[in-house]
Amino acid sequence: MAAPASPAAAPSPLIAAVKDAGIAALIALGLALPMLGLVTTQTQAGMGLVPHWDRVAIAVVAVFAGRLLLNLTLWRPGRRKSALAVPPKVEATLARTAKYLGPLAILFAIVMPLLPFTERYAIDLGILVLTYVMLGWGLNIVVGLAGLLDLGYVAFYAVGAYSYALLAQNFGLSFWICLPLAGILAAFWGVLLGFPVLRLRGDYLAIVTLAFGEIIRIVLLNWYWFTGGPNGISGIPRPTFFGIDFDRGPDGFAATFGLSYSPLHRILFLYYLILALALITNLVTIRLRRLPIGRAWEALREDEIACRSLGINTVNTKLTAFALGAMFAGFAGSFFATRQGFISPESFVFMESALILAIVVLGGMGSQFGVAVAAVVMIGGFELFREFSDYRMITFGLVMVLIMVWRPRGLVSSRSPTVFLKEKKAISGALVQEGHG
Amino acid sequence: MEYFLQQLINGVTLGSIYGLIAIGYTMVYGIIGMINFAHGDVFMVGAFLALIVYLALVAIGITFVPLALLIVLLVAMALTALYGWTVERIAYRPLRGSFRLAPLISAIGMSIFLQNFVQQAQGARVKPLQPVAPGGFQFGAADGFVVNVSYVQLMIVGATIAIMTGFTLLVTKTSLGRAQRACEQDRKMAALLGVDVDRTISLTFVMGAALASVAGLMYLLYYGVIDFYIGFVAGVKAFTAAVLGGIGSLPGAMLGGLLIGLIETFWSAYFSVEYKDVAAFSILAIVLIFLPSGLLGRPEVEKV
Repeated sequence: MAAPASPAAAPSPLIAAVKDAGIAALIALGLALPMLGLVTTQTQAGMGLVPHWDRVAIAVVAVFAGRLLLNLTLWRPGRRKSALAVPPKVEATLARTAKYLGPLAILFAIVMPLLPFTERYAIDLGILVLTYVMLGWGLNIVVGLAGLLDLGYVAFYAVGAYSYALLAQNFGLSFWICLPLAGILAAFWGVLLGFPVLRLRGDYLAIVTLAFGEIIRIVLLNWYWFTGGPNGISGIPRPTFFGIDFDRGPDGFAATFGLSYSPLHRILFLYYLILALALITNLVTIRLRRLPIGRAWEALREDEIACRSLGINTVNTKLTAFALGAMFAGFAGSFFATRQGFISPESFVFMESALILAIVVLGGMGSQFGVAVAAVVMIGGFELFREFSDYRMITFGLVMVLIMVWRPRGLVSSRSPTVFLKEKKAISGALVQEGHG
Repeated sequence: MEYFLQQLINGVTLGSIYGLIAIGYTMVYGIIGMINFAHGDVFMVGAFLALIVYLALVAIGITFVPLALLIVLLVAMALTALYGWTVERIAYRPLRGSFRLAPLISAIGMSIFLQNFVQQAQGARVKPLQPVAPGGFQFGAADGFVVNVSYVQLMIVGATIAIMTGFTLLVTKTSLGRAQRACEQDRKMAALLGVDVDRTISLTFVMGAALASVAGLMYLLYYGVIDFYIGFVAGVKAFTAAVLGGIGSLPGAMLGGLLIGLIETFWSAYFSVEYKDVAAFSILAIVLIFLPSGLLGRPEVEKV
């Protein structure tokens, strides 16, 4: 692209690139020599070291070659810095087509399990992805709309799951009664935890929500007689088709509707159940944004002081966002419990909160479509690499870093404002504040 | 009484470790306002590097304990600092000036990466180390209950005090410390006045990582066993300590670390081991409700 300025100066970029790659390789050597090169191993005589110089060599050569290649191509001097960024024109087209992409994606989600070539594995994966889409949309209310950084979202997911499991097991209540109850209980916990801490701002709020997430997990882990402790709760009742079981018996789903029995029926039912729940979350969010409370959330995210001076009750506004987000997590949690049939505190670790938050931010905070895209990319991608299980977490972490460096505003970086003059149009995500808690 | 004293000593030891990690959080937060979630894992990397260097020294025949520990301390600090620098360079510097949550997510990604990198490189099994400096002093044997102060505990508290003193001098007396404090107050203005902001931030990460590696070495000596997962819990506790003390304040981080260590130890000793984390986190929440900017933090003034 950029022609060399003069023949004399021509070789210098190459030398500079090699030099730079050399420095990078040297740093890689420093990093890799002890960590990759010397492996601590338990031997007869205590701990010992086993050298693995080959791994160091591979790491250093890979860094050198990679850096050199990047220096000569993408990072070539003279090349525009934003070469990796998507050009505004493409972005605008994407934003225009996004209007149709959403309904198309929903349509695809509805017909996907019915397509002839869809295997059971794909439906299972779909259920998993949709669970995270729903959680992402739920958290999006808290983080994306109200601008409250919540690092303990998984606590409400846990409350929902345990509510369903305990209510169904101890009182024999059906899924359809437990589902709203679980949501209400989770929302109740959201209010209970939110009330004292919502005066805190920004990162203080983040750390307290993280602490609450951990507290709930530790309590679940140690309250043996109530929650089963680390053993969790097993034998949670499976979902029924409004009271009709999915089994072989004469009263089963298949017999009632005159179908031949297939285990796939239950999976399909679960799939459509979570799809419906996720779409309800989405619909509620979209509608709420047009209500005074939704506008208050967004106003709060943009400028809290202005809100207060305009007479918005910030505590109540934050609490509703917190409670609604928690409620959807509760729904998702009770779905999770009925799908798995077994829950334990293992499923509700901080990593899950971080993952859901990552989905919201990577997708583009506040963008419903972006969150769904991020959930498909992260969870779907993660599952597809199941065969490389050794390296998939490493790659997962790296991909998170790279996506953020590449697109700090998330994969979908345009937002549609709730309030507009004359015509509705998408704006850049960079114009939207993120709130300070 | 002896039991109380014993727990006090244990708590101070644990608190010193938390305090050293907390300084890394609080410095980074003070200067660029981000939660460096990967810091706990940098601490874990520091502990592993200390173990590797120690074993390497044993393998080449340096077994005189004080000398070996000194070399381990210096080499592990240098290598961990390199890790800290690289993490900042790759994951945070490109996001400078970006919105607030981007570096947070990047840090979470880095944390996942470091954990799994160490797991793959060094194996998932726990790494035990036979006591390097066994023995210690005993008090109050006459009453029937003995207060033990091991050499390792003395070393940890002594080294923490020494390092803290040096570190405080570094921040208050040198030009680097002055640049750091200037960047903390106003990055743009500092840059206008000729402070190399990028370099200062890099050095902040380097210092934080070096202190974390000291904590890692102490953890290794005190508990005698490490694995790739220790970073998360220690990191969350240390961050809690930093917030408790008032984030951005260096003495606050140390005070918060000591408090968290003491709360945890006393709660385990007098109530229940299972709920020690609940106690620590609950006290954090209570303190924040009444003192929203921590114990020694400056109140955040909003300007319109």
